[in-house]
Amino acid sequence: MSKLVPLAEAIARHVHDGDLVYAAGFTHLIPFAAGHEIIRQRKRDLVLARATPDLIYDQMVAAGCARKVIFSYMGNPGVGSLRIVRAAIEAGRLEWEEYSHFGMISRLQAAAAGLPFMPMNPTGATDLERANPLIRRVTDPYSGKEVITVPPLHPDVAIVHVQRADVQGNAHLWGILGEQKEVAFAARRVILTAEEIVDEAVIRSDPNRTLIPALRVEAVCHVPYAAHPSYAQGYYDRDNEFYLEWDRISQSEQAVQAWLEEWVYGVNDRQEYWSRLGPEVQARLKVAARPSAPVDYGQY
Amino acid sequence: MTEAPACTSSELMIINAARLLRDGDVVFVGVGQPNLACNLAKRTHAPNLLMIYEAGVIGAEPARLPLSIGDPTLVSGALSVVSMYDIFALYLQRGNVDVGFLGGAQIDRFGNINATIIGDDYTHPKVRLPGSGGAQEIAAWAQRCYIMTPHQKRRFPEKVDFLTSAGFLGGKDERTRLGLPGRGPVGVVTDIGYLEPDETGELILTALHPGKTVEMARQNTGWDLKVAPRLRSTEPVTETELRILRQELDPAGIYLKGGG
Repeated sequence: MSKLVPLAEAIARHVHDGDLVYAAGFTHLIPFAAGHEIIRQRKRDLVLARATPDLIYDQMVAAGCARKVIFSYMGNPGVGSLRIVRAAIEAGRLEWEEYSHFGMISRLQAAAAGLPFMPMNPTGATDLERANPLIRRVTDPYSGKEVITVPPLHPDVAIVHVQRADVQGNAHLWGILGEQKEVAFAARRVILTAEEIVDEAVIRSDPNRTLIPALRVEAVCHVPYAAHPSYAQGYYDRDNEFYLEWDRISQSEQAVQAWLEEWVYGVNDRQEYWSRLGPEVQARLKVAARPSAPVDYGQY
Repeated sequence: MTEAPACTSSELMIINAARLLRDGDVVFVGVGQPNLACNLAKRTHAPNLLMIYEAGVIGAEPARLPLSIGDPTLVSGALSVVSMYDIFALYLQRGNVDVGFLGGAQIDRFGNINATIIGDDYTHPKVRLPGSGGAQEIAAWAQRCYIMTPHQKRRFPEKVDFLTSAGFLGGKDERTRLGLPGRGPVGVVTDIGYLEPDETGELILTALHPGKTVEMARQNTGWDLKVAPRLRSTEPVTETELRILRQELDPAGIYLKGGG
């Protein structure tokens, strides 16, 4: 059964005001196109969870989509502060809930595996445990020692961008894998965006690379360049210049709103966004090929 | 004695941090200056350094300077790429990492680190910092942790405002009692010198960079900084180290310019 729909339709149908949204991807394959569509559709009161909120949540918070963020590292990776989320927290305008990376990912792992909680080893750093009542302790029934626990994180909707998928939602991804697989199993609904839609035969040619199976996926959207200014390994480069530029833009509320006007509200979809970036940026993000050696699954 | 080549504070710290790495170490690499230190070590005295990035990359050989911890250049040509859960569980927690590099807004007398908030009220932070990321677990489980930070009084308070990552807590005994697998912060590299824990876990001044003084170190530390009985002097930076840093690793000067 084909689940192929336009991105706007998938967001309208599956993302509701007040939802807990997890837009996946550790630096890689961040689903910016879906984030921008959520902004365009003026979704409100979302709880936005990501290990690294990155620019995508800075933009969604600036657009007024969020009431709360859940994170483990709130910075502009390699650049500095995530100015909008930070300012909103410091001003008391945005709720937040915080973990270490491992705590955050352990929550997803628990949810993905259908477990009641995930045990973690104590690290000696107890202040976060005091600040976040969801981080608790139990006695290990085997050693008698205390272990830390975190509860499962079940997003209402996860958005995952992949290199290629078939129309049913069987997805291949490679490069940095972040938490994409875990969140697809943890979430109640999964929206997939893909650089390429391929025949099921392509998926079946390399089954080890299928990290997300169709049975977890509600909607499949064909959205080339959906990750910009993040990247898709082997398809286009990370736009580091934009990450640096955002550091400047986000110093002024006016500049941020003007940017949203031009690049989010002012375009219909990702295709228009990509063409507006222009040939110079497109050329800068091109990447030379470096294919892997093929593997042989054998004919049985 | 020949004059050492002039360098910035950042270069001085990166070069001295690189020298702490041993050939064959498995190192959990942070982005920015630690990344430069690790790549410098690999191109000088530690060609068998195995670099692991928290984005899930093992055995990275970046052809260009990665701006972020998740740059695609880390992936192409790496030995292995795994999920975030696996990198923290199978690699770090399982005890497969020798060295971790940490930084933070505050490092206190016992090497505890704050990267979360400035102020005394978590719910109303004066300054909201990025938070732990991978640091909380790296500080507990990497065998040796090194901290890189400019030597400034506000960065070295007597006690951190928020305990993001454990150093020696209230003293070495307290860390030992918890049974944390890692040995804790075994060295702090600053632009003035080098601090190491004494037998109680208190950071004391054990080395100065050429031209720096004990007074400079003490004036820029927020507690009464003790000086090791045998204070060493670090080796001057070399032309080779500077050439690799400036020409090969960070030709645009993104991380090298800091601190004049």
